Amino acid sequence: MYDFDFEKPSSIADAVAALATEDAQALGGGQTLIPTLKQRLASPSKLVSLTGIAEMQGVCDDGDAISVGGATVHADVAASGLIPALSDLAGNIGDPAVRNRGTIGGSLANNDPSACYPSAALGLGATITTNARSIAADDYFQGMFETALDEGEIITSVSFPKPQAANYQKFEQPASRFALVGVFVAKTAAGVRVAVTGAAEEGVHRWGAAEAALTANFSADAVPAAPSADGMISDLHGSSEYRAHLVAVLTRRAVAACA
Amino acid sequence: MSQVTMTVNGKTASGDVEGRTLLSHFLRETLNLTGTHVGCDTSQCGACVVHVNGEAVKACTMLAAEADGASVDTIEGQANADGSLNVIQQAFQDHHGLQCGFCTPGMVMSTAALLKDNPKPSEAEIRDYLEGNICRCTGYHNIVKAILAASGQDVSAVAAE
Ligand SMILES: Cc1cc2nc3c(=O)[nH]c(=O)nc-3n(C[C@H](O)[C@H](O)[C@H](O)COP(=O)(O)OP(=O)(O)OC[C@H]3O[C@@H](n4cnc5c(N)ncnc54)[C@H](O)[C@@H]3O)c2cc1C
Ligand code: FES
Ligand code: FES
Repeated sequence: MYDFDFEKPSSIADAVAALATEDAQALGGGQTLIPTLKQRLASPSKLVSLTGIAEMQGVCDDGDAISVGGATVHADVAASGLIPALSDLAGNIGDPAVRNRGTIGGSLANNDPSACYPSAALGLGATITTNARSIAADDYFQGMFETALDEGEIITSVSFPKPQAANYQKFEQPASRFALVGVFVAKTAAGVRVAVTGAAEEGVHRWGAAEAALTANFSADAVPAAPSADGMISDLHGSSEYRAHLVAVLTRRAVAACA
Repeated sequence: MSQVTMTVNGKTASGDVEGRTLLSHFLRETLNLTGTHVGCDTSQCGACVVHVNGEAVKACTMLAAEADGASVDTIEGQANADGSLNVIQQAFQDHHGLQCGFCTPGMVMSTAALLKDNPKPSEAEIRDYLEGNICRCTGYHNIVKAILAASGQDVSAVAAE
């Protein structure tokens, strides 16, 4: 690692001010960033830890939605149980030690194409709140490792509307423990949403054909045939055809699990 | 450089760290607590698991500065007050839960965290919880047995393959 300065502010305002330094970067749980720094793939001048900010911690019930502080660790979301599918997803990220450090804000800011949380945010139609604005999940994810966040902008909370039913199916890549493919299905008053992670080169995305079919008939039999393999990731863990096939299989399983 | 102070195994410990100093590095190189092992240094193997404020974390993936003011527990603090092995350590010895011993500090610290939340885990729960702890020697079987024994459960149900 190249060396950097370290700061741990206790308020959002102080964190935003500290991030104004040239080449300063936010630090959540460090479960992605520290390995990246070890490989010298980044050289921030300063890391601003967000873990000491009380207003960015915890899960609260807002009635029709739940709100998760941007620095809340996966273990706390797993324990909350307010949206069971979301808690389930958080409780299956990595391993217990990763879940005790890794945060929702870090996961959504990183937008790894194989990460779990982006599919829940997109599947549930979450709203991502930053120090500057609120962004609908549909506008937030902009392709692999790309998001709508500006330089120095931090995720302070994420609001997830409560679904009528929801389920996340993860086909785990056993070495990395990330999703080889993951599908989040949510049945809401406004229709069914199906968000797919791990599969496509564009990163997390919605599967429109399945959403239309499931909004008309919410049953596993209604899930369409596998989407096209064009644009799906192909690597040593699986071909693009294999991933496309998994998308349909996992969607069926998720719908069946909602029933 | 800046100074950090933490409570390590119940005692106050201070030292100078750079921004980039890892908790694993601080424990091993500054405090000479070399029981916390560094197997992979890439967050994969769990040999470096310690407890920070009671929660299991990978010390190779946390900055020492981030643990300033925290309470840290390592394998060196696990034995009973009279120096004898604690119930988890004794069970690992009794059930041959280690061979080379490299993964053992992390295994014992993860087990302690598991049993704090779940005093009588099933075999499946044990295997699931240890997902982030890799052992190249034992094949895990005797580790699972040791943990069942440490939690006061019958190990005879786990076949001795
Ligand atoms: C062994 C292992 C297994 C894993 N398995 C999975 C898995 O199965 N599924 C999965 O989804 N993930 C997995 N992860 C990744 C894990 O969930 C990380 O915790 C997460 O991707 C990053 O969160 P973090 O808080 O650690 O972020 P950091 O590593 O601290 O930061 C990541 C990036 O986000 C930025 N950032 C951090 N917080 C914020 C914020 N609040 N606002 C704006 N930007 C911010 C940082 O500047 C950095 O660019 C795994 C990680 C490991 C090490
Ligand atoms: S040394 Fe920390 S996980 Fe391997
Ligand atoms: S006993 Fe050798 S790695 Fe586990």
